[in-house]
Amino acid sequence: MTDIAEFEEDVPAQDRGRTRIGQAVLWILLLGFVLLAPFFLYPVFVMQLLCFALFACAFNLLIGFTGLLSFGHAAFFGGAAYICGHVLTAWGFPPLLGIIAGGLFAAVLGLVVGALAIRRQGIYFAMITLALAQIVYFFALQLPFTGGEDGLQGIPRGYLLGFINLNDSLNMYYFVAVVFLVGFLAIYRTIHSPFGQVLQAIRENEPRALSLGYNVDRFKLIAFVLSATLAGVAGSTKAIVFQFASLTDVHWSTSGEVILMTLVGGMGTIFGPVLGAFIVVALQHVLTGIGSWVQVVIGATFVACVLVFRRGIIGEIARLLKLHSV
Amino acid sequence: MSFDVMMKLIMAQGMLGLNNGVFYAMLSLGLAVIFGLLNVVNFAHGALYMTGAFVALILNSYLGVWLGIGWLHIGFWPALIIAPIVVGLFGILIERFLLRWLYGLDPIYSLLLTFGITLVLQGLFINYFNASGTPYPGMPESLRGVVNLGFMMFPKYRLFVIVFSILVCIAVWFVIERTRIGAMLRAGTENPELVQAFGINVPRMVTLTFGFGTALAGLAGVLAAPIYSVSPLMGANLIIIIFAVVVIGGMGSIAGAVVTGLALGLIEGVTKVFYAPASNTVIFFLMVIVLLVRPAGLFGRQG
Repeated sequence: MTDIAEFEEDVPAQDRGRTRIGQAVLWILLLGFVLLAPFFLYPVFVMQLLCFALFACAFNLLIGFTGLLSFGHAAFFGGAAYICGHVLTAWGFPPLLGIIAGGLFAAVLGLVVGALAIRRQGIYFAMITLALAQIVYFFALQLPFTGGEDGLQGIPRGYLLGFINLNDSLNMYYFVAVVFLVGFLAIYRTIHSPFGQVLQAIRENEPRALSLGYNVDRFKLIAFVLSATLAGVAGSTKAIVFQFASLTDVHWSTSGEVILMTLVGGMGTIFGPVLGAFIVVALQHVLTGIGSWVQVVIGATFVACVLVFRRGIIGEIARLLKLHSV
Repeated sequence: MSFDVMMKLIMAQGMLGLNNGVFYAMLSLGLAVIFGLLNVVNFAHGALYMTGAFVALILNSYLGVWLGIGWLHIGFWPALIIAPIVVGLFGILIERFLLRWLYGLDPIYSLLLTFGITLVLQGLFINYFNASGTPYPGMPESLRGVVNLGFMMFPKYRLFVIVFSILVCIAVWFVIERTRIGAMLRAGTENPELVQAFGINVPRMVTLTFGFGTALAGLAGVLAAPIYSVSPLMGANLIIIIFAVVVIGGMGSIAGAVVTGLALGLIEGVTKVFYAPASNTVIFFLMVIVLLVRPAGLFGRQG
């Protein structure tokens, strides 16, 4: 699909220095942005951005590094948001435990959805995940604890580890930043592990990976559960930031949005989904004044990306500058 | 509840379910025809169905106003012909100018492209029309009222839709399985290079097939307009159900798509009798069962 993230020794010698510089620049930009953004931008906006960036990175682990298009990732993101919101509101869980609960829920859900969806390949995989996510949507609409059309509102932010007040927006921000960075690093390490290499082998040529003796289905399933879990962590965090979980979070349009973020930034790149999330979230903020034209713009962006821009921004830059594994 | 009453209730809900089922059948049929030849899963199928309904609504209620001709109302019967043509032509444009660039790539790209088209169409219609839906006032006089089916009074129009749609499905099946054009189409599905070598213009066939498949969606939209209110979101909810139908039936067989669509509509209707809240999700749960028992789908080949 796009350039593969490689081990250091796989990068051609003449590109190695440039690749290292490229990676360093992107790391510095990312860390600098995450640390300093709340002083320049509205913190809630940046928190929303980081939640969606983590969501997109988790999604990218599947589409970019395993070659599986999930059209139902909103189920993990939104489902976890509801669970996290519920345990915080009704059971009085502390925020960190709420995020863990949401992540665990998404993991279990991911195990079920993944186990069913990997029974079919290619385009059917996308259709199955979309249909299964619709079940989650209907549950979110009908179950007694979800608040139906209104969603869950007034989720308390609470105290992190018992003493850090998350109602303070800077405290909240740095908590979200840490969650994002931990998630991002987890994905980064996964991609660069031998496990991640097998995933990429499956993406490139599934029958060949199978013939080399890899249990392809098990690798796919583990990747799916991992991706779902991190999507759930992102959704839970989002629920705490905004203090609500709503039907929009589990709707198929959210699954579409995360696909767009990944596509714009660059499928199969490491930093792409973060940039993609930034662009899409910013676009939505800028365009809030024009009502449903937002949907038209988002749709047209989709069409344009698929037709002329399939590598995404980071993917195109990497190709032009011959950078690897960015 | 006595057995007799129960049976009547089941049959009544079954008829209403069948009414939804014919839409599932027509849409999954079009999806299967397109997928067979183009290897494209057309996400925009639901949006094109919605467009068909809106073309009927516009012809009836808006066109006269827009043109400043107060008496101009183009009714249901002309719409039944015009709307599929309009939607089909639109489909041809999509194929010629957008989809064509993605052949030979991973089919997920064409899925994403048609998803984008769905968002554009939806957004446009939400902008110009009410998002919550507009009733279609153009139901023909001759189809108003009810008929007595013995076990229930059933709206005449819905009965017409069921019969008409099933006839359309049979006609499509006949054309594809029993005629020369259909033979070319099926050969193109199996081996496009060879068919091209026989002197058949395969790219044109591909374009026309896509146009035909989308025209079917447009036709379904016109038929749906008098039953459900015409809304920009009417297709989005449907396409997800259609995907489940297609996963259950497999996209390999025309008859399979139709039978699965009808059967699932029936089951959905009957579920309403026993446990109404489950009727929204029963098709998805059936999909889960099929995936566990017969992963390739009821009529499908593993793919």
